[in-house]
Amino acid sequence: MGTFIQLVIDGLSTGSIYAALALAIVLVNQATGLINFAQGGMAVLSAYVAYQFLQWGLPLILAIIASVIVSFFLGAVIERFLMRRFERGDPDTAIVVTVGLLTLITGVCAWIWSYNNLLFPSLFPLDSIPILGASVSVRSIGTTLVILAIMVLLQVLFVGTKLGLALRAVAINPQSASYSGLPVGRLLMVGWGLAAILGAVAGALVAPSLTLTPGMMDGALVYALAAVILGGLSSPVGVVVAAWMIGVLENLAAVYVPFIGHDLKIAVPFVLIFVVLIVRPQGLFGRKVVVRV
Amino acid sequence: MTTLLELVDVTAFYGSVQVLEGVSLSVPDGGAVGILGANGAGKTTTLRAISGTVRAGGTIRFDGKDIRGMRPDQVAALGIAHVPEGRGTLGSLSVRDNLRVGAYLRKDRKNIQADIDRLLELFPNLKERYSSNASALSGGEQQMLAVGRAVMAKPRLLLLDEASLGLAPSTAKNVYEAIGRLRSESGISMLVVEQNANLAFTLVDSATVLETGRNVLTGTSAELKGMDEIRRAYLGG
Repeated sequence: MGTFIQLVIDGLSTGSIYAALALAIVLVNQATGLINFAQGGMAVLSAYVAYQFLQWGLPLILAIIASVIVSFFLGAVIERFLMRRFERGDPDTAIVVTVGLLTLITGVCAWIWSYNNLLFPSLFPLDSIPILGASVSVRSIGTTLVILAIMVLLQVLFVGTKLGLALRAVAINPQSASYSGLPVGRLLMVGWGLAAILGAVAGALVAPSLTLTPGMMDGALVYALAAVILGGLSSPVGVVVAAWMIGVLENLAAVYVPFIGHDLKIAVPFVLIFVVLIVRPQGLFGRKVVVRV
Repeated sequence: MTTLLELVDVTAFYGSVQVLEGVSLSVPDGGAVGILGANGAGKTTTLRAISGTVRAGGTIRFDGKDIRGMRPDQVAALGIAHVPEGRGTLGSLSVRDNLRVGAYLRKDRKNIQADIDRLLELFPNLKERYSSNASALSGGEQQMLAVGRAVMAKPRLLLLDEASLGLAPSTAKNVYEAIGRLRSESGISMLVVEQNANLAFTLVDSATVLETGRNVLTGTSAELKGMDEIRRAYLGG
């Protein structure tokens, strides 16, 4: 029982990292209709920015906050000066551009900070606390709680605020939204900026355990995309739940299903996606799009 | 009456194709003017030139101010609300949220809900569908929602593009009646693009007829209705 609880909570914690990245992808998708494959790369860059602030002597929490602010502007700048050229055109082109951006960012990070694994301190102490007979790391609980709080904030932003309503309107029909006076360009920049902030949080949470490398988020990106599909592109809550499921399931399967082990555990979420998509093509929480003509 | 909107010799291109070759018209403050004409005559493009969605040449003045070259959101901020062809309702948002998007630019937050309530009295169909997604509405309801959203901005001028498009004749008539009620209640000025001239004449005081991007005729509704060529071309004999 103790092992089980430990595995679940650790799974929730890794799932939370996927969730943060997945939320960023959903945010950009909701605002622009495209999938940003560079989201993981941007998160890594944010983590390096935080690392750089640490090197310059800022305390950890301030370094992360500074990186969050820098990331917002970085995301906005990427939208304004790169993605805007492709938003009106073929969506496939825009997606390939994001893949290119991922490669570019990874390369730039390696160029500036090298491919070496850099140590990044954790926000949370390395202690464990006993819960129901299991010893659970404070880091796991802290990571999960941070993501939970962010998920609630996002939901409030999108459903309860004028900015959120405007972001959703622009995502659905930018031209029509502009007829109501919505500054489409500026709102898209805000959407990308917010997504970059989520990535920065994910990066800062995952860097301590994975150590900082340019490819740090590659695996997480794959899982985040899996969570996005599984949860349904239109549902922030669904995406987080899906990400947690993936984190927990891959942990449990690795330990309890003997032939899977650590080598095959990457396959677990995809088997799950396969099954879910057959039963519910819109994802676990996504809404089926009903259009009356 | 003072002139609210004035177009002088407006031209517009899509790529290298010239769609407007010189359109002139004016909308008096409080008036309703129609733009009639066949498919491809440049009616929709004229509205787009005004709202800043296509680049235009010539002069476009609103309330004495040159607005040519402004962005759509800037034009909207001046008090021009464009109800585009195909309605432009925001499908996955509820009726309520569509109306709230319409009120985006307003600073008087407190009055918005009261205005939504008043609007729903005017468009009772929307009242029943208040929480539904816009995409689940019927064509006529969507058109009323599109108009309602535009009106929520409290504009001085409404640009209405082919509100009858894709609607059954009786539904189209209902929509025009609702817009007529709106006009008499709010006194809002209108520039109305319509292929169905009969329908347009129920709403507008005067109209201009476009042919291949040019005005060929302008007159009051009564004058135009009496003309044989209009009758033949746009009123079905």
